[in-house]
Amino acid sequence: MQEMTEVDRLILNEIQDNFPLSAQPYQDIASRIGIDESEVIYRIGELKDKGIIRRIGGILDSRSLGFFSTLCATRVPEDQLNKVGEKINQLPGVTHNYVRDFEWNMWFTLTTESKEEALSLIQALEQELQIQIKNMPAKKVYKIKVSFDMGE
Amino acid sequence: MKYDKIDRKIIHLLQGDLLLTPRPYQDISENLGVSEDDIIRRIERLKASGALRRMGAILRHQKAGYTANAMVLWRVESSDIDYIGELMASFLEISHCYQREFLDYSLFTMIHARTNEELIQLVQQLAVLSGIQTYKIVKSTHELKKVSMAYVL
Repeated sequence: MQEMTEVDRLILNEIQDNFPLSAQPYQDIASRIGIDESEVIYRIGELKDKGIIRRIGGILDSRSLGFFSTLCATRVPEDQLNKVGEKINQLPGVTHNYVRDFEWNMWFTLTTESKEEALSLIQALEQELQIQIKNMPAKKVYKIKVSFDMGE
Repeated sequence: MKYDKIDRKIIHLLQGDLLLTPRPYQDISENLGVSEDDIIRRIERLKASGALRRMGAILRHQKAGYTANAMVLWRVESSDIDYIGELMASFLEISHCYQREFLDYSLFTMIHARTNEELIQLVQQLAVLSGIQTYKIVKSTHELKKVSMAYVL
């Protein structure tokens, strides 16, 4: 793991879920922790440089915005993983794609403006790449939370 | 919720990186020609409507020390699915929990731990607590793509 100080951990815990919607958000974080605003800004800059923080911004909800999203899995022969992966990744709606240690070895997410669009893209991929794709839209969402407790 | 032109621009900007300056929302407000207060109110409204799920830092979890990650598929009877889904969702180590249909499995969880031992232990603990003994741990071996969705409204 990359080096992190106690203060870095405190900052990370504060800014993942409760990033202030106020005129001076970094000042508010600084007050919560008990350090200076300039230190908060400096340390966040360092955490970005180290690659620990990817960005500070919003995570949008595809459903609320009217988009359709689904998880797909397919079975690809070992020697074709790169070729098939490249083709699938060309679609702008494919945001995540992983090779996994399972018989269904390629898993990707697809977000589109409509369900129909997703189905037709999936069908086109199946035909072009001669693969079978399992389409698994969520029937129910119990949790989506991508923040981490940085611990003590 | 209806989005006007300003909302759509905010949605676009929020997908990027907030400036690391003392007044980052003022920067957006100057960009869009509306007041800082208005920008903050609009972001609050997007949050309340559910369109903005979360505002804050997005980490690269592997670099943050969570190097053992897995998708775990659980075979749960449909009569138990809500109960078990909520139970799994209550764990801090579980970031995503969905009901999906795949082979015999019906509940999907993404689990994050610092070590592989910790991960296995956690899955076993979940199996005992939920009473679900049929499950499959699926790990990723390569990341082929990981980007944020560019929502254009």
